[in-house]
Amino acid sequence: MPTPFQILLHNFNYVCYVVLLMIGLHAMITKRNLIKKLIGMSVFSTAIILFYVSIGVNNGGDMLAGHDGRPVGNIPVLEHGIGHDAITHPETIDPRRYANPLPHVLMLTAIVVGVATLGVALAITQRVFQDYGTLEEDEILAQLNNPQENDD
Amino acid sequence: MTEHFPVFIVLIPFFGALLCGLLGMRWPRVCPGIALAGMGLAVVVAAAILQRVAEVGEWSYFVGKWEQPRGIGIELRVDGINALVLSAVAVVGWLVAVFSPGRLGRDEESKPTQFYILFLLLMTGLFGITVTGDAFNLYVMIEISALTGYALLAMGPHSRARLATFNYLIMGTIGASFYLLGVGYLYLHTGMLNMAGIHTVLAANPASSVALVAFTLIMVGLWLKMALFPLGGWLPNVYTYGPPLAAAAAAPLVTKVTVYVMVRMMVTVFGWKWVFGGGGWNEAVVWLAVVAILAGALMALAAKDLKRMLCCLILSEVGYMVGGAWLANRWGMTGAIYHILGDAFMTLTLFLAAGVLAGRAAIFKLERFEGMFRRQPWVMAAFAVGALGMIGLPPTCGFFSKWFLIRGGLEAGHYGYVGALIVSSLINAVLFFRIFEIAVFGSKPGKHGYDGPQVVVEPDGVKAKGGDLLALYGAAAMVVVVGLGSGWISGVIQRALEVNGVPLAAPAVLAPAVDETPTNDH
Repeated sequence: MPTPFQILLHNFNYVCYVVLLMIGLHAMITKRNLIKKLIGMSVFSTAIILFYVSIGVNNGGDMLAGHDGRPVGNIPVLEHGIGHDAITHPETIDPRRYANPLPHVLMLTAIVVGVATLGVALAITQRVFQDYGTLEEDEILAQLNNPQENDD
Repeated sequence: MTEHFPVFIVLIPFFGALLCGLLGMRWPRVCPGIALAGMGLAVVVAAAILQRVAEVGEWSYFVGKWEQPRGIGIELRVDGINALVLSAVAVVGWLVAVFSPGRLGRDEESKPTQFYILFLLLMTGLFGITVTGDAFNLYVMIEISALTGYALLAMGPHSRARLATFNYLIMGTIGASFYLLGVGYLYLHTGMLNMAGIHTVLAANPASSVALVAFTLIMVGLWLKMALFPLGGWLPNVYTYGPPLAAAAAAPLVTKVTVYVMVRMMVTVFGWKWVFGGGGWNEAVVWLAVVAILAGALMALAAKDLKRMLCCLILSEVGYMVGGAWLANRWGMTGAIYHILGDAFMTLTLFLAAGVLAGRAAIFKLERFEGMFRRQPWVMAAFAVGALGMIGLPPTCGFFSKWFLIRGGLEAGHYGYVGALIVSSLINAVLFFRIFEIAVFGSKPGKHGYDGPQVVVEPDGVKAKGGDLLALYGAAAMVVVVGLGSGWISGVIQRALEVNGVPLAAPAVLAPAVDETPTNDH
């Protein structure tokens, strides 16, 4: 029976991801400053990347010996001498020797999406600053409730 | 040639956007032509796909011939449901492209080239969401449509648009990230990203808490993106203050396509048995939808200006679709899918009419409808068709979708939902007949007839030109065509649902009514 501490240690990545996710979500929803919200968004999307990367880890890989007797790493790269006929004979690859590369590849896409989202968000934030001269949501709303400032 | 149609429909607007970017910087005048031609081509391709799917059934396409045994190919899969949604997206996109040239020139702050690039990329994303059969690819497409949507809606002349779009971006990112997390858990559980593959593994071992976590995350994420009522606070400001043209492109499509994603997740990925098999939480979701329907209708009743009223009605319509899909029977699901099409065209008609009437102004007070039937008879006629659709009068599509949904509600024995549908139809009738009354008799009680404009109306906003009317009448005609074709459309939907294993009547719902009532009397 594993102790709670062992469970925590074993699932350390997942605990970290949940903590980061909650920090990000909290910042996005409760912070009144637009830049702080964006920082929260960044933390939030990074937490998901951590989750996906953790899925791909193959802890069993350390136990297996490579072709030269040394234990193989978790890196999903075909080694020299093994990879030659891997394309024509995929059955020669032992999947237990490698980390799962697919979640990592997915995260390349998600990182790009995150960068693009942050870029659009910063551009919009800049325009908000030009329009209102502040990035505090409360001050912007106060300006909007003032009929002189309202452009509608 | 024809076997590549499922990928062509995504690539056509994509290359259109590229062409707009390359040529439009130098010659901005070619962009409307590119958009018009591209979306016209997309309509033809979508119609061809719909025709083939209606005849033959499911159509699967592997991008780059990376077929499933290798496990990493992206599959595009079209069945009756998404062939219909695809056609609706294409037609709405084409009508917006017809509508756009006359509008853009009048707005000195607009940037035609950028608008067309973003608009075509938005269409790329929406087509991609609709055709894909891969859960992660769906996320990427959701983000493509969302990012272009943010940029389009922030472009408007009103500074409120930027703030509203910022909130939309935050909520949209949370929603899409929840979806991504859910897909991660699904992958953890099944080792698959292909929707059909996920379904096969899930059907083999249904009792899994990981799948439940995944389902919850995906549903909450999608509800955020489709603006189901308590999660949809971002929507009214975005479409009210956003540029009218962008709002006319995004409002009919983005929420509806997200509803389609929810349907796809329920029907194809998790499967009917899994979703409605255990626990009574579909009841709870239908009640959530009831709250959304009534809240949207009441907010629309309180709205003082046209666009905000229409936005609140979108919230209400999302409730219709979510409720119908969660009724757990085939009529409710058919109604929900049919309403995706119908609502897309009704919303388009109303938003295009609002765009013509209001011009650049974000706020169009209802009093300004005074004498509108005399000043803008053609626009008001189309507006009336859209309004009658929202109220649900035959032969518009609004009538048939309500008929399917109410039939589903009665079959499920969920009278709260049926009641909410009827109440919201009545509220819609009040809303639109109030507008007609103002337009015919004026806003002040006791005064009849129209004697000169009471409010100075922007000269830009009110004159409808050929392109405007063509798009407006196209949209209004589609409201009626979808209604008249309801028999054929619901047939296509039902066949697709049958292939996906949706039972004709949910046994869990019918069984207690027939068998268990006598035993309870003992």
